Amino acid sequence: MTATPHDPVPFRPYVAGTQPDYDTPSYLSTHKRHPERKLARLPHTITETSGPRFSPTHFSPCADIAKTDGHEAMGERIIVEGRVVDEDGRPVPETMIEIWQANAAGRYNHERDQHDAPLDPHFRGTGRVFTDREGRYRYTTIKPGAYPWRNHQNAWRPNHIHYSLFGPGFATRLVTQMYFPGDPLLALDPVFNCVPDEVARNRLIASFDLEITQPEYALGYRFDVVLRGRGETPFEQREGS
Amino acid sequence: MPIATASQTIGPYWHLLDEKNWADLTRFGVAGEKIRLIGSVADGDGLPITDGCVELWQADPRAADNFVGFGRCATDGDGNFHFTTIKPGPVPGRGNAQQAPHLAITILARGLLKALVTRAYFAGEKLNETDPLLSSIGDPARRQTLIAKPVGDGTWRMEIRLQGEGETVFLEL
Repeated sequence: MTATPHDPVPFRPYVAGTQPDYDTPSYLSTHKRHPERKLARLPHTITETSGPRFSPTHFSPCADIAKTDGHEAMGERIIVEGRVVDEDGRPVPETMIEIWQANAAGRYNHERDQHDAPLDPHFRGTGRVFTDREGRYRYTTIKPGAYPWRNHQNAWRPNHIHYSLFGPGFATRLVTQMYFPGDPLLALDPVFNCVPDEVARNRLIASFDLEITQPEYALGYRFDVVLRGRGETPFEQREGS
Repeated sequence: MPIATASQTIGPYWHLLDEKNWADLTRFGVAGEKIRLIGSVADGDGLPITDGCVELWQADPRAADNFVGFGRCATDGDGNFHFTTIKPGPVPGRGNAQQAPHLAITILARGLLKALVTRAYFAGEKLNETDPLLSSIGDPARRQTLIAKPVGDGTWRMEIRLQGEGETVFLEL
């Protein structure tokens, strides 16, 4: 196959060690759910380089998760702010971010969550925000609680907020989790520790930020997300095809 | 230079995001040949994945205000998913290649630390024979895991197996 100038610019391959492996024995649920065959390599085509554009008209934003129908949820109110950029540091504008989390007591508003902790009628635990032109986003929520799970004896998930991002292409889709600084459970958590590279792993931890903190209202945290960058030129193909 | 943020599992409680109508990509009123893609997702023991998130993306027809080109469906108690969409046409491949009509599929679930990506092609399409991805898969049985079969009434079916016998061809993007 000969590359032509109208080929879409591919996204860069992930840097080795910065993404988890499908087969991660310490996280039991991966045992029967990881592929055993080698993945087929696919040079990016329009299917991978283009992606859905969500408009706030059809996908209504919700940037205050700490309130439901005007009622305040229980817990420590926090503001989370950050930027979504690509690997060249360029902002990813107007992209949709979905967030979901447990309540302050460590219980999800989900029928399958049987943890013996109270539900909060004023906390649903989901939000949807869009980045602005500079890639910035911001929402208000309550700090999620830790909760037990059955991966191993006395296993507890550290406090975390789930993130789902899309970015400019199908190949930039990212589902991840944001953690909190100083959480003693991080060192024990197989999901967090599945990322081999320590620097990459620690970038999943938000930082406390006094600038974001609003006096008499809420603590502030910063969490920046980096999505894959584009290759240099259409001709620089990692597959060498 | 920053490097891309690490992936983490979507977990068992992602349904908090789930909106049933997202499985119907035609809900904003797009014109075209309506089809249904149905199927199931199973693990290495052949047991249904009942907490999975299946997502669909198509580059054709081109995304517009009334067609996002993206759908999402939770697998049910039998591991089944279903989408309603518009049948895609061929799209350009790299170089001068043409790609056969296909849907891009993402699978996210508890136990998947990062997304699994595959494609659904349509059985009987002439272009399947020359499609660059299908042609790159030597084993005909493996190639078949990427091909949805017609089950009548504009409905196409594909079985997705994450591991073991009949393991689906997953893609490294």
